[in-house]
Amino acid sequence: MIKVEDLHKHFGGFHAVDGASLEIAEGSITGLIGPNGAGKTTLFNVIAGVLEPTAGRVTMAGEDITGLPPHKLFHKGLLRTFQIAHEFSSMTCRENLMMVPGDQSGETLWNTWFGRRRIANEERALRAKADEVLEFLTIEHLADHRAGQVSGGQKKLLELGRTMMVDARIVFLDEVGAGVNRTLLNTIGDAIIRLNKERGYTFVVIEHDMDFIDRLCDPVICMAEGRVLAEGSLAEIKANEQVIEAYLGTGLKNRVNA
Amino acid sequence: MDFLNAIVALSNFVLVPAIAYGSQLALGALGVTLIYGILRFSNFAHGDTMAFGTMATILFTWWFQSLGISFGPLPTALLALPLGILGCMAIVLLTDRAVYRFYREQKAKPVILVIVSMGVMFIMNGLVRVIIGPDDQNFADGNRFVITARDFKQMTGLDEGLAIKTTQGITVVVAIIAVGLLFWFLNRTRTGKSMRAYSDNEDLALLSGINPERVVMITWLIVAALATVAGVLYGLDKTFKPFVYFQLLLPIFASAIVGGLGSPVGAIAGGFIIAFSEVTITYAWKKVLTYLLPEAWQPDGLVQLMSTDYKFAVSFVILLIVLLFKPTGLFKGKSV
Repeated sequence: MIKVEDLHKHFGGFHAVDGASLEIAEGSITGLIGPNGAGKTTLFNVIAGVLEPTAGRVTMAGEDITGLPPHKLFHKGLLRTFQIAHEFSSMTCRENLMMVPGDQSGETLWNTWFGRRRIANEERALRAKADEVLEFLTIEHLADHRAGQVSGGQKKLLELGRTMMVDARIVFLDEVGAGVNRTLLNTIGDAIIRLNKERGYTFVVIEHDMDFIDRLCDPVICMAEGRVLAEGSLAEIKANEQVIEAYLGTGLKNRVNA
Repeated sequence: MDFLNAIVALSNFVLVPAIAYGSQLALGALGVTLIYGILRFSNFAHGDTMAFGTMATILFTWWFQSLGISFGPLPTALLALPLGILGCMAIVLLTDRAVYRFYREQKAKPVILVIVSMGVMFIMNGLVRVIIGPDDQNFADGNRFVITARDFKQMTGLDEGLAIKTTQGITVVVAIIAVGLLFWFLNRTRTGKSMRAYSDNEDLALLSGINPERVVMITWLIVAALATVAGVLYGLDKTFKPFVYFQLLLPIFASAIVGGLGSPVGAIAGGFIIAFSEVTITYAWKKVLTYLLPEAWQPDGLVQLMSTDYKFAVSFVILLIVLLFKPTGLFKGKSV
């Protein structure tokens, strides 16, 4: 589905992503783990078009998508969420979701004045869909609350909800569970599995919570220092020498072994 | 009776002019604030965009006048206004294509865009002077007054007269219509909402599939319309002189910043705050005080806090005071 070939992203002398190559299989929920600073979020940003790669290629179903701007990728069905939840703070949760499918007919000046019926129909459908999504995420009671005022975890749900407003093909979730309590995390996990099963979304999930990874993800890719270190099931990854080293540092491993 | 006279004198010399001037500033500041909110830079070329729109309107007005078309008691310029707006939209879109888009693609920092806009300002300024000349142009016609001072005195029997110029009346009415339309657009229409979304969180807007180029284009169109309306109203009310519009940039920016850059409500509030302070501080209060105070206390001097030469200083003092206590402006704009 997504193929990343020898991707580099340098910030001056700092090589945040340093020759990462990986492949995401269609229909999978791939976990992306790695110590802090491993380049996971930068990799997401490059794939999602927020940052331009220094070198390398990203293809989606065979098509070169390297360096395409986010709104174009969006229309190709590639979506992402943010590590720190983003929201349109002055709009209600429902309006936040209704913003999502871009290029709506109401977004041209002509239709604003002369296509009012078409816009109204479209908005009605969107509203129904937004309400459905809110219910799916068990936050229907927040529909008319301002998105800037709901809790951090609820904002994360809203981020996930945004990806459900369209028929996405692949969704990149950046620490969707960070700062979220257990119950809510389970809700998020359930939602991801259902989307994967029922609607065929492919997911790539950055996460630090190993239980969460264990429950959802297969395969798991481990990154360190801007490169892919290992790939396989979580059990394989956990047993991998290099991975342990990257997480714990050589000194510690030696001490454990000694 | 003295009290009524004082109120009428106050209205005539302070309230009415300040409301008209405030409406003009508010419309100008709205343009600045929209650009800041959506394109994320301070557009120094705004004063000259106003001048260009006004110039286009004046040229069409002259053409209409030469054809013998008039708008009855109202100024012909109102008929020419839509055409002037179209002219201004054309030049603004052209500038965006030729200049700003390049820097957007480079993801240039706001400070670079500010300097770029200064370049655009000088070019537009030159263009306007080449086309229409650097001198005063008077293009107001139709009836001069809604009420003259003499009529008012006869109607009410007061000693003081209240004159309301047609242009002042038109300014307020047109400003209300323009602001009403703008707020309806921003809050009720899909396009307006995507503009707000884009202003609120650019990254998220892009990831929601909102097309940035379209949002930017629509913003420029709206800004061109607001700038032309503001410029034409100011020109009708006072006079059109390219250099004056260049100077107007100062109180307009002061208004937008006092209200909070990026906040449309703030721009309107800021416009009126600046206008009222400029007018009240540079007004000679002797007449009003003479009516109000007992004879023994009556002032000998003019009781003018500052000469009108310093009126721009007033807006900047207000600006400094507001920024010292509320750095994001009165209505919580984006931080500058």
